[in-house]
Amino acid sequence: MTSVASTEERPIGFGRLKRKEDARFIRGLGQYVDDVQLPGMLYGAILRSPVAHARILSIDASAALQHPKVHAVITGQDLQARSLAWMPTLSHDVQPVLATDKVRFQGQEVAFVIADDHYSARDALELIHVDYETLPPVVNARRAMDSDAPVIRDDLEGQADNHIFDWEAGDRAAADAVFGAAEVVISEEMLYPRVHPAPMETLGAVADYKRVSGKLTLWSTSQAPHAHRTIYALLIGLPEHKIRVISPDIGGGFGNKVGIYPGYLCAIVGSMRLGRPVKWREDRSENLMSTSFARDYVMRGSIAASRAGKIQGIRVEVIADHGAFNTAAQPSRYPAGFFHVFTGSYDVGAAHCAVRGVYTNKAPGGVAYACSFRVTEAVYLVERLVDMLAHDLDLDPAELRLANFIQPEQFPYQSKTGWVYDSGDYEPTMRKALALAGYGELRREQAEKRVRGELMGIGLSFFTEAVGAGPRKHMDIFGFGMADGVELRIHPTGAAVLGLSVQTQGQGHETTFAQIIAEELGIPPEDVDVVHGDTDNTPFGLGTYGSRSTPVSGAATALVARKTREKARIVASAMLEVAPDDLEWEKGRWFVKGDPEIGATIQEIAMAAHGPLELPDGVESGLDSDTIYSPPNLTFPFGAYVCVVDVDPGTGAVKVRRFIAVDDCGVRINPMVVEGQIHGGLTDGVGMALMELIAFDEEGNCLGGSLMDYLIPTAVEVPDWETDFTVTPSPHHPLGAKGIGEAATVGSPPAIVNAIVDALKPYGVRHMDMPCTPGRVWDAMQGKAAPPQ
Amino acid sequence: MMQVTLSVNHREHTRQIEPRVLLVNYLRDEIGMTGTHWGCDTSNCGMCVVLMDGEPVKSCTVLAASAAGHEITTVEGLERDGVLDPVQQGFHEEHGLQCGFCTPGMMLTARALLDANPDPTDDEIREAISGQICRCTGYATIVRSIRWAAEHSTQTVGD
Repeated sequence: MTSVASTEERPIGFGRLKRKEDARFIRGLGQYVDDVQLPGMLYGAILRSPVAHARILSIDASAALQHPKVHAVITGQDLQARSLAWMPTLSHDVQPVLATDKVRFQGQEVAFVIADDHYSARDALELIHVDYETLPPVVNARRAMDSDAPVIRDDLEGQADNHIFDWEAGDRAAADAVFGAAEVVISEEMLYPRVHPAPMETLGAVADYKRVSGKLTLWSTSQAPHAHRTIYALLIGLPEHKIRVISPDIGGGFGNKVGIYPGYLCAIVGSMRLGRPVKWREDRSENLMSTSFARDYVMRGSIAASRAGKIQGIRVEVIADHGAFNTAAQPSRYPAGFFHVFTGSYDVGAAHCAVRGVYTNKAPGGVAYACSFRVTEAVYLVERLVDMLAHDLDLDPAELRLANFIQPEQFPYQSKTGWVYDSGDYEPTMRKALALAGYGELRREQAEKRVRGELMGIGLSFFTEAVGAGPRKHMDIFGFGMADGVELRIHPTGAAVLGLSVQTQGQGHETTFAQIIAEELGIPPEDVDVVHGDTDNTPFGLGTYGSRSTPVSGAATALVARKTREKARIVASAMLEVAPDDLEWEKGRWFVKGDPEIGATIQEIAMAAHGPLELPDGVESGLDSDTIYSPPNLTFPFGAYVCVVDVDPGTGAVKVRRFIAVDDCGVRINPMVVEGQIHGGLTDGVGMALMELIAFDEEGNCLGGSLMDYLIPTAVEVPDWETDFTVTPSPHHPLGAKGIGEAATVGSPPAIVNAIVDALKPYGVRHMDMPCTPGRVWDAMQGKAAPPQ
Repeated sequence: MMQVTLSVNHREHTRQIEPRVLLVNYLRDEIGMTGTHWGCDTSNCGMCVVLMDGEPVKSCTVLAASAAGHEITTVEGLERDGVLDPVQQGFHEEHGLQCGFCTPGMMLTARALLDANPDPTDDEIREAISGQICRCTGYATIVRSIRWAAEHSTQTVGD
């Protein structure tokens, strides 16, 4: 255990530190779920519904069972015997594990085949015969509540229509008054289309149930292994200590891997039935057609303002398409997630939203794809409305935003829909982005190009994010309060093991959480092993999504390290024979006040803490600590984005020429990792704005069911990102940090669409829905802009 | 069933397989080299890229049987005698990976690019990896990683 000096290359604490986890990934030694190989392992595959809405008349699996390599075929009937045909969702609904009565979306799970190998399992799917009586589907959420719409959820008692919930925030009367008196009111219906997180690793699981010990080990693609363990215990009836969930290396999550999917349960049931390990891994079409999609919000938004451009109110009505089952993974009290942060970065007089959730014959989900629990939709709404206001009032969109920002002295800022923004200083961030972009020069270039008939657009967005759920008492998922535990063990040599309830899907926890320990205790990050993703070895917590790892578990890690530091002070005082109050801390060492030569390093203290040293009465030996952290509030990161596009007037093709992103996520633990998170989110934004779409035909057939149809940006469709930052610490986070995982996904789509609409101004275009594909941009140029579905 | 012998990272493996077995499944399931990943079924994502006689191929689109007689290089073959390939080192230096799932394919394409063009422009790098998807990095750091490798191509590097 060598203490090394902190340098820029090797910070002991915060700074650009290359990642520890890279060592295995660059050698191809990562272990993802599909890499798990166990002796005697069998392979499962799911038979799925070919139609969107149908009654199941019969299922005949006899031919499949005669396949020489097939071990079992499980149907909904079989599961019913174990009361497992249906399972609860994370939004107080139920969904089938395997369908028994009807299928309600194309791709729904109908049967599960278990065979010797993946190929044979797939072959056997072809041998199962299902008789369907097709029913008319509900595809368009706008028509879901029509009186003649077929009722999708006839399984629910008393359900006579396709209504799920109505939810409001803000003050309707106050908003009506503001809108009634306003000089200018602008309204627009916008669709945030259905998109998909599409992580490069699809979902999968390996279930290994040991009959002798009665213990189930489940490797699964889970962003929330602890919550999953508890749900399995409640569902299957196994005692919770007999369930171990392991999320090994995860090939990207983006919210796709928060929920519990039928495939996981089928693998578990299969292993319990056959007494052998069962692996299930979906293919790409299954991932795109059946697992948690994102967005699908029809938003009728309005903004009220004075003629001079003072924003006075915002209101919005939403139809939220949740698909066939309400499986959205979000805090229980918020059926529309955090959508009501839609007043954004502006100090408005009144605001109101009304959100109606409806069922359709489409895949279930809604909260995914780095959406920060629907902040994505909210930011898109307000940033499009503000741009339309600038357009109609003939004001510069940058000036309009600057004139309406919440001012620094207003923080903590109480929003009109009930949020308390923790900290913010918006104008410097905005001005930095404008300067980096050369905004004035860009406008001059645009004016020259317009004369020549060239279509150049400049788009802005300024967003305020809301991330890091809990607090526990206000926010729960499935009844689990949103708090997270950490455990810190300090070995006698001063090396440390940190156990986390959150886990990385690429965010770099093994490095950044070691840096927090290093910052707080002075233990070099290479001497800190971060353990995560294994419920037998880590404390309970809600997992990684909604950019909550740093705001919640990062805070917990700082606090647990401080507990250990205080314990180390007591041990050091016994070692040095001085009172604890006479000791002073410098990174990695307690020393005697006024006599800095006399002290003990954290490594020396750790050894002494396990030695025969006499400690004060009531003080236990060792330096281990644990804690559970429930955040007092969310954190509210923000940022200013500028996008420059060129639109080909002959084809409608959009090229994102430049993208400038200035983010403020408070204190940055590892700037390299933070930048990486932002780059990824910006690319998501290009995808959603320009190409990504899960569309359906009138019969409910999914039109985005492969990567031939569901387009994701490659290296030639994105620019070299230009990033910078400001630092406004969170006042309540022990490190001053805020979450950054989703900021760019939230903030970039409106900047890109605003740029495209700006480019199309000569054609009189004021709004167009995403995705801005060449054909749809061309239609907009011909005055035929229409929603994509 | 048929007997197929493949040379992978200069080592021969012989297995009895069905004729339809894809190269990606041969590598992952038959000889346990799980560094090559699977991602899409439709040749769009590039998780499964390996080198066949030095050229990048999507191993989900190559029958294992038709790879016989060719030299296959996978991610496991990039490190030689405990020394990382500059491409591997570059991805570490420039944060060219996050979840790591696309990384093997990206690095192998980069290796092939640098073998053919030791000093590529950024546009040439982007073009070379444009048949592969990364959902995490936004590509800029991958471009920098490959450029790092180009600039350090003769230097031996450690971890």
